[in-house]
Amino acid sequence: MNMFQAINNAMDLALEQDSSALLFGEDVGFGGVFRCSMNLRDKYGKDRVFNTPLCEQGIAGFAIGVANTGTTAIAEIQFADYIFPSFDQIVNEAAKYRYRSGGLFDCGSLTFRVPCGAVGHGALYHSQSPEAYFAHTPGLRVVIPRGPIKAKGLLLACIKDPNPCIMFEPKTLYRAAVEEVPVESYADDLGKCDILREGRDITLIGWGTQIHVLLEVADLAKKELDIDCEVIDLVSVLPWDTQTICDSANKTGRVLIAHEAPFTQGFGSELAAYIQEKCFLRLEAPIKRVTGWDTPFPHVFEPFYLPDKHRCLAALKEIINF
Amino acid sequence: MLSGVQRSYSAGVKRVDDRYAFPGARDASFVNSLKLTMPEDYAPIPIYRVMDRDGYVLNEQEDPQLSQEVVEKMFRDMLLLSTMDKILYESQRQGRISFYMTNFGEEASHIGSAAALEMRDVIYGQYREAGVLVWRGFRIDQFVDQCYGNDDDLGRGKQMPVHYGSKELNFVTISSPLSTQIPQAVGAAYALKRKPNNDACVVCYFGEGAASEGDAHAAFNFAATLECPVIFFCRNNGFAISTPSNEQYRGDGIAGRGPMGYGIATVRVDGTDVFAVYNAMKRAREYVLRENKPVVLEALAYRVSHHSTSDDSTAYRSAEEIEMWNTLEHPISKLKSYMVHKGWFNEKEETEFVSGVRKQVLKQIAISEKKLKPNWREMFEGVYADMPKHLLEQQRELEQHVEAHKQHYPLKSFKQ
Repeated sequence: MNMFQAINNAMDLALEQDSSALLFGEDVGFGGVFRCSMNLRDKYGKDRVFNTPLCEQGIAGFAIGVANTGTTAIAEIQFADYIFPSFDQIVNEAAKYRYRSGGLFDCGSLTFRVPCGAVGHGALYHSQSPEAYFAHTPGLRVVIPRGPIKAKGLLLACIKDPNPCIMFEPKTLYRAAVEEVPVESYADDLGKCDILREGRDITLIGWGTQIHVLLEVADLAKKELDIDCEVIDLVSVLPWDTQTICDSANKTGRVLIAHEAPFTQGFGSELAAYIQEKCFLRLEAPIKRVTGWDTPFPHVFEPFYLPDKHRCLAALKEIINF
Repeated sequence: MLSGVQRSYSAGVKRVDDRYAFPGARDASFVNSLKLTMPEDYAPIPIYRVMDRDGYVLNEQEDPQLSQEVVEKMFRDMLLLSTMDKILYESQRQGRISFYMTNFGEEASHIGSAAALEMRDVIYGQYREAGVLVWRGFRIDQFVDQCYGNDDDLGRGKQMPVHYGSKELNFVTISSPLSTQIPQAVGAAYALKRKPNNDACVVCYFGEGAASEGDAHAAFNFAATLECPVIFFCRNNGFAISTPSNEQYRGDGIAGRGPMGYGIATVRVDGTDVFAVYNAMKRAREYVLRENKPVVLEALAYRVSHHSTSDDSTAYRSAEEIEMWNTLEHPISKLKSYMVHKGWFNEKEETEFVSGVRKQVLKQIAISEKKLKPNWREMFEGVYADMPKHLLEQQRELEQHVEAHKQHYPLKSFKQ
């Protein structure tokens, strides 16, 4: 299965196992613009899998209400770039429901699925990676898969988790690699990162599409410089796996963080600040962040905007030669 | 023609004594039998049209009596739009541009409305209003250069194709997020109203799907309460990507929201009838400038196009349905019939015009494709009025990186 099929399969299982579960969003009925909900309306009925009017704030508020009753809500926001009208509902409502009511009410059975990230020609409004805005919001879980197996495990975990969750899905990965995805239901541990490759010289941290760039950088570093990279997929942006990351930083003493979102206040800033606070005496070089620039995501300049393997490798060399 | 906001009262209902009026509904009367007011209690707002399907004027008094010259411009602009759309759509299919959106079936809404305006009127569009630009004089090279994001693109390569904008033509640059432009248009109208001797209005185009966004509500309500000379031009083409209008709303379209919902004068027209759109727009413009109040204008049509080059609409509607709207009910064929009856139509001239436009667009594609993209350093420009220090530093960092890794970047495609 590729990633959109793995997500389709996860939602199929969720709808099958939990007869309360609802799936909705713009154009979800006919299968969604990325085909993630294909055939699910036919299988589970249009009272469970349906189109909403074109209104993200409505989708989010509606989803919270559904979840207030204990019903499982899987809500799709068509593009991460269009999530902002629902910001108030997500940040002020979903994230704070349990806390403000002293635990009387919550909307934990709510999961947002949100396609995000660069695709090569998406420009300002079909490319953004807004995870850091949401990572600044206590009460939310934010996760990002790197491929089909992870996407299925994360989505099923989010659906079961008793907190409102957002899964940002890098849309360029929907039809990228095919993996042997187990057909049965399984759920990942939320809040854990994955060490994809062990190494002793430097820790490379990324998530989503960027993890594939970093794996390539690790290969290049080995081949060109005989450097052993430890590559870590953060997976969970909030809450994040401080233990594994700090263990790795303490081991290698060198850290490079890369993400597509802009530099200033990107989630890399949080990681860098935390790591230097906890691992200061073990660090051999300043932590470097390789990211999108502090500009809107541009159309024709995308090749210059992205934190590509060349920029990552150059930064790696600087860290190593510090 | 504009459905007024005055309501009529049925017999036997007493007017409220003003002294005791509730502030939230001063004009409402009292009744003493309980009744739910049902949607069916209101007849749908009628659809104004001038021509029938065969291009005959139904009521001579409604014929706008436009000169042959103006009607020919309308016809040619509609043909130009449709011809250019076909070629640019195909060019995306061939991988030459990254994205495109066509305007098929809505040509009359664009041209009829644009023709009734003055150039000083400010346009806020959604993204499917290229015809308005055609009417105002946006040139083929400007369209194609924008789609390529090359150095002659007025938008400097920042946005996806079809995100046109022109200061000269008073057409605010398109933004992909839906409906964000609607309250902005209201603000612009308010500011214009306050200018001495103002004689310009604002026109905001949006789809019936976009009207579901919260911004649409905010815009309608602000325009009504703050009394703004803005025309809300809803292109109701039946589809928001795959979502049909009956899953978008259950009221009487977008027009139905105007008079009762927001207290806004409203008109609904056949958007495939260029003269109906023209007349309604003309009247709306007079009204908003005379009264300093908004108008809701709903133009009903059918989106013959796929949503975009990313969409195959046969996944959610039948090819027969599309074909019907692409032939019998097509706005261009209706205007053509009208011209035939007037003796203004010349088959040979039409064929020559279309083939001329084809050649021009194809030639322009070849030219625009070869033009360099803007200097990549421009990526950092326009974020702020002046480039702040942190962006200057980032630009310098990238310059050094690119200099050291030239072979990995498409520098040959960009101006140096």
